[in-house]
Amino acid sequence: MTNMKPLPAGTSAPDFELKSTPDQSVCLHDFRGKNVVLVFYPADWSPVCSDQLALYQQLLPEFDKLDAEILGISVDGVWSHLAFAKDRNIHFPLLSDFNPRGAVASAYGVFDESIGESGRALFVIDNDGDIAWSYLSPSGVNPGADGIFDALEALQVKAAV
Amino acid sequence: MRQTAESTLRTPVGERDHRQGPANAPVTLVEYGDYECSFCGEAYPIVKHVQREMGDTLQLVFRNFPLTAVHPHAQQAAEAAESAAAQGKFWEMHDAIYEHQDDLSTNGLLDIGASIGLDRATLERDLASGKFEDRVYEDFMSGARSGVNGTPTFFINGVRYDGNWDFDTLIAVLREVASGSR
Repeated sequence: MTNMKPLPAGTSAPDFELKSTPDQSVCLHDFRGKNVVLVFYPADWSPVCSDQLALYQQLLPEFDKLDAEILGISVDGVWSHLAFAKDRNIHFPLLSDFNPRGAVASAYGVFDESIGESGRALFVIDNDGDIAWSYLSPSGVNPGADGIFDALEALQVKAAV
Repeated sequence: MRQTAESTLRTPVGERDHRQGPANAPVTLVEYGDYECSFCGEAYPIVKHVQREMGDTLQLVFRNFPLTAVHPHAQQAAEAAESAAAQGKFWEMHDAIYEHQDDLSTNGLLDIGASIGLDRATLERDLASGKFEDRVYEDFMSGARSGVNGTPTFFINGVRYDGNWDFDTLIAVLREVASGSR
């Protein structure tokens, strides 16, 4: 792992606009008012990434209950994302941090310049656009979803107070 | 809140679990598994071997973690094993399914059930009605909340085990835990 330092909790989440399909873009600020889970992953098709995203796909109804949208981000191009999402039945947006390569990952402190891919990192962003939780996993280890759920539930508790 | 710490089992092993071995064994191995997953199929004889070697020093628990996005028959297979549990034959069905992973269609599962003496009509009715759907989902969510990140995922005395699970590695780790040196 090189010098990646994920932006910590309490930081304002850098805004971005990235393509999710050849003719559609997604902006982070469009989700203001909802919680957002940003999932940076190294590459489409790699075994660990596939398992991780398949798990999140299956957990979409649970994320929805916690008022959260989930977005995947890698440096792969939109065509790769399209084929990958179709093959693995992934129905949440996969964003292409392709040009300039890894710019958004860099802004979040999770671009591994030595290999030109993002690290395997998770960010939970609250409905005001601030980072509530971040986590950088060893690249070969699928972080699962427990940290995401903990962070989202903590936000709910906060909102209820 | 977890930043770098290990993931831990949020739902303790208890009465609702399918368990083998003494409840007071020094080591409890919890497996979250998917019946259609080929890695779980590979792990199945390894876990059996480990159980034989560890004897009374190991308690084994199996919980369902069907990855339905990639395994279309996994949910149904899990429900079939729960139906077998209601007939007192969980482990027989668990084993039989892993020994016949090639056909987990409804008919395949009914045949597997028949081969271990389950009442075919009951199993068929339970599958059709989704009687054990919620039970399987409870397992799945307990796993998701505990950091299960694919299948199989093992927890050793409540802590997620991220290492290799080939026989030699797994037994060495379990023995270390059993002897209190880890």
